[in-house]
Amino acid sequence: MAKITFITNDGEKTTLEGTSGSVMSLAVENGISGIDGDCGGVCSCATCHVHVAEEDMERVGEASEIEAVMLELADDVTEFSRLSCQIEISEGIDGIVLTVAE
Amino acid sequence: MKKNLIEDPFEKEREEKGIGEMNDQNDQVTMVLRHRDVRKCAHNWKDYTSAAKPGRIVIPSEVNIRETRQIPFELDPPKHGQYRKVIEEWFRRPLKEDYQEKLKSQIELLLDEVIDLEQVELVHDFALKLQSRALTLLLNTPFEESETWISWGTHVFRSEGEALDGDKANILYDYIDKEIKRAELNPTDDLYSMLLASAVEGKKLTHEEIKGVLVLTFAGGRDTVINAVTNTIAYFAEHPESLTHIKEEPEIVGKAVEELLRYFSPLTQIGRVVKTDSHICEHAVKADTRIGLCWASANRDAQVFENPNEIDLTRKMNPHVAFGFGTHNCLGASHARQILRILVLAIASKVESIEVLDGEENIEELGVFRRKVGYHNLNVAFNKIENK
Ligand code: HEM
Ligand code: FES
Repeated sequence: MAKITFITNDGEKTTLEGTSGSVMSLAVENGISGIDGDCGGVCSCATCHVHVAEEDMERVGEASEIEAVMLELADDVTEFSRLSCQIEISEGIDGIVLTVAE
Repeated sequence: MKKNLIEDPFEKEREEKGIGEMNDQNDQVTMVLRHRDVRKCAHNWKDYTSAAKPGRIVIPSEVNIRETRQIPFELDPPKHGQYRKVIEEWFRRPLKEDYQEKLKSQIELLLDEVIDLEQVELVHDFALKLQSRALTLLLNTPFEESETWISWGTHVFRSEGEALDGDKANILYDYIDKEIKRAELNPTDDLYSMLLASAVEGKKLTHEEIKGVLVLTFAGGRDTVINAVTNTIAYFAEHPESLTHIKEEPEIVGKAVEELLRYFSPLTQIGRVVKTDSHICEHAVKADTRIGLCWASANRDAQVFENPNEIDLTRKMNPHVAFGFGTHNCLGASHARQILRILVLAIASKVESIEVLDGEENIEELGVFRRKVGYHNLNVAFNKIENK
């Protein structure tokens, strides 16, 4: 079980609990605004782009090569960018804070 | 014979040079073939513009058959974004449950209509109908309108034998003019009425602009969806094991559809006009010539996709560009994805097997390249799952 906090563009904070699957799916199922997950999580649409809080970056880990290439040309990209469909929910990421990209 | 094989004609040029060349009505196109370059050029609207003469970024060029600028397709930022914003929410309606329910009953009904026939011609008697009926949901217009659109045949701009047909385009333009006037007198909750009530920078959209949005919606979503639907059924006909896979694990349908879209790439390429002399893969491209963003080639790039010429319905990482990339990425993607997901699930639940009888392939001629995009016609027979 992991608690994950999303901060949406309007500044609202929502904390959700999940046990498995991707962070994108959790967000879409719970209607987190700004995370659309159009491609269903195959790294093709970048509508699941989030910024990971700096202190959580190490636990979440780095983007794979294909994800990094995808992010390279995304809008609003920073060194803390990840595609949330590529972050698997596990105890290891309990408590992380993600800000939905613009 | 594997009839539904869609070969990749770009492999050699993509790997050796990164570009291909074609002459289209004496307006040269440098086709960009590698995944990385296609994405970079699509991102770089400052050097590669969409805001050219109307029709020019389409390949084959439509400059001789239309003057209406398609919106937001033939605009660059920042104007592009202002217009796109007006329609973006509207094009996300397919994500709503009630939209999907209606689409599902449309598709299941159509499948029931053809499933018992001895044979059915998929392009005209299935895909065109499916596409036209589904479009009534996207435009939020009465279902009966689809009868008119079906009567236009498979191509709005093209007709058999001729690549570009001005008369066909007139039918569409006249129809849209009439509908805009109708909505002006009697607004409903359809797309026309929404556009008539919309403004950009405080100015109401003009009829010409509204027409530009609608022409794009009709034209952009027609051949693409028809080819995707036809190819999908042909694929499952030849791969019964894949149909079994979907029956056993329907939850993979999302990934499966992305993979089919990658493999089919229903839209081969879209052009941009070069603003200043530049280079692509060390190859000089001159100002005022065109480049072609070749989505179909990018989607087979072995630098990005393992076994690019194989369909792997459970492919996990699939950064395909079938719906384009960046600024102009396809607004109809949610609608198209829902159509295909619902179709695949409906087939899995109702159909035992599909038999391809005969058909005629639709091959695009692009300079030295010949690419199959689908079929002109394809006769198949469905075998229904018998309820015991
Ligand atoms: C499988 C089906 C489809 C495919 C493969 C497809 C492909 C594409 C591609 C590659 C682009 C990018 C064009 C560019 O970069 O200049 C695009 C744009 C667009 N498509 Fe689609 N399309 C499909 C279905 C649809 C449908 C059903 C509609 C609407 C009814 C639609 C409406 C649009 C619009 C409005 C744009 C322009 C977006 C903009 O300029 O911001 N498409 N499509
Ligand atoms: S959901 Fe499409 S890239 Fe993550």
